[in-house]
Amino acid sequence: MNIQLDSQGRLKHFLGIEGLSRELLVEILDTAASLMPVNEKAVKKLPLLRGKTIVNLFFEPSTRTRTTFELAAKRLSADVLNFNINASSSSKGETLLDMLNNLEAMQCDMFVVRHDQAGAPFFMAQHVPPHISIVNAGDGRHEHPTQAMLDMFTIRQHKGDFSQLRVAIIGDILHSRVARSQIFALTTLGAAEVRVIAPFTLIPKGIENMGVTVFNRLKAGLKDVDVVMMLRIQRERMRSALLPSEHEYFQYYGLTEDLLMEVHPDAIVMHPGPINRGVEIESSVADGARSVILQQVTNGIAVRMAIMAMVLGRGHEGQSCHSS
Amino acid sequence: MTYLEALFASMTRQLTQLIPPHEQENVFMVGIHTGGVWVAEQLHRRLQLPLPLGRLNIAFYRDDFTRIGLHPHVTDASYLPVEIENRHIILVDDVLYSGRTVRAAHNELFDYGRPASIKLAVLIERPGRELPIQADVVGVSLALTANQHIKLTGPDPLSLDILTFD
Repeated sequence: MNIQLDSQGRLKHFLGIEGLSRELLVEILDTAASLMPVNEKAVKKLPLLRGKTIVNLFFEPSTRTRTTFELAAKRLSADVLNFNINASSSSKGETLLDMLNNLEAMQCDMFVVRHDQAGAPFFMAQHVPPHISIVNAGDGRHEHPTQAMLDMFTIRQHKGDFSQLRVAIIGDILHSRVARSQIFALTTLGAAEVRVIAPFTLIPKGIENMGVTVFNRLKAGLKDVDVVMMLRIQRERMRSALLPSEHEYFQYYGLTEDLLMEVHPDAIVMHPGPINRGVEIESSVADGARSVILQQVTNGIAVRMAIMAMVLGRGHEGQSCHSS
Repeated sequence: MTYLEALFASMTRQLTQLIPPHEQENVFMVGIHTGGVWVAEQLHRRLQLPLPLGRLNIAFYRDDFTRIGLHPHVTDASYLPVEIENRHIILVDDVLYSGRTVRAAHNELFDYGRPASIKLAVLIERPGRELPIQADVVGVSLALTANQHIKLTGPDPLSLDILTFD
C-alpha cells in the first residue's frame, strides 16, 4: 500500500513521484492548469484552504522553494508558519518526533518539509495523525517531487503530448533529487526517451534500470532532443574528487549556444534554479529564446497550489454530495 | 416551439424588461459551468448583447470543499473576457435549488472586481433554499419530491429530464 494515498486512491501526502499513477500525475497537471488564471484576478486568492494552517519546515535553507510554497499556500487562503530550523529547538537537541508532536499540538494541518536526510518526510508521514498531511519539498538525494511536477507542467505547456518527446537531463545526476523525480515523472507520463548526460563520476550505478539512456558526451546526448533539462552543479562537488574545476566542467558539460545546434529546432531549455551562469549554462542560453526558466518559477506556484488543494481537499472518505 | 425554446423565449422577455436599453452596452452575461453556460449561450444569442459571454467555474469556491474535495476534476477554468468592475452582471444557471452555487459564484465574481449590480437568471427554480438567495428571472418553477432531480444535457441539442431515484 502506498502511504501517499488514502483508501480511495486520492493523495493524502505528497512524498515522491515514484509509485504514483499516470492518472494521478495528469490530475495534478490538470488542476494546476485550472488554477493558473488566479494570477489574472484582482484578488489573487481562492478560499479553498481558508482556516487551514500550513507549516513550512525547512531543515535546509532554500529561499526560492520556501517562498513559492508560502505564496501557493497564501493564494489558497491558508495561514502559513515558516520555521527556520537552524534557529529553532532542533539545534537545542529536540528530536524530530518531539518537534512534530509540538507542531501537531498547535493544530496544524500540513507540513511542507525540506530535509537533508532522504526519507525524512516519509518518516514524518508515518508518525503524524491521519488529519495531517506531509508534502516533500526535497529530501536528501531522494526526491523533489513538486519541482518535477512543475517541470512536467512546463513541458506540457510547450509540447502537449509526452509520448513523442525526447528529454535530456544534464548535470549532477548522482546527487540530484530533482533528476530522480524528473525521471520517475517522465517515464510515468510516457516520454519516448529520457537521456541522462553527465561525467561518469556523477552517474549512479544501475540508473539504466530507471528506464533512461546514459550519455557521457554532451553533444551526442543532445542530438534531436525536444527538452533540455539542466541541473545545478553544486560548487562543493568541485572541491571533492568528483569534478575537476568549474572551467573544465563548463568546457565539457556547459550548455552553450553552439551546442543548441544539436537539439530539435523547437526544443526548450529548462533549469530548476538557482543558475550558475558560466558553470552549467551559458548566460545567453539561460536568457535566450528557448529558455523557459522563468516560466518554471511562475508555474511552480500553480502546481504547488494544486498539490496542496488535492492533499488537503480529499474530504472525508465515502462522502459525496452536490447542491445547486 | 419546443418546451425549452418556450422557456428561453420567456426568459428573454423578462430580461429585456430588466435591462434598460441605455444599459445594454454595459451588461455582461456570465454562465455558471456547465449547464448555466449552455442556458446563457441561448439567452446571449437571443438578446444580442454586445459584450462577449463569460463563464464561471465555481469548483474552487464551493463551501463543501473540505468535505468532498475537488469534485469533479476542474478542467474548464473560469473565463471572464472583460473587466467586471462597474458592469451590470447577469448571472445565469440552469437550476436554483439550495442557493450555494450562486453564493459561490458571487464570491468568485467579487474576486475579479466590484460589479455595479448582479441579476440572477435561472432556467428552473425549485424550493429548498438554504441561503437567502432568489432569482430575478425564472424559466419555470418546479416543486419536485426529494428523490427527483433535474438533468440538463447539452449543449447541442439541449434536453431537460426529470430523473426519479428510488
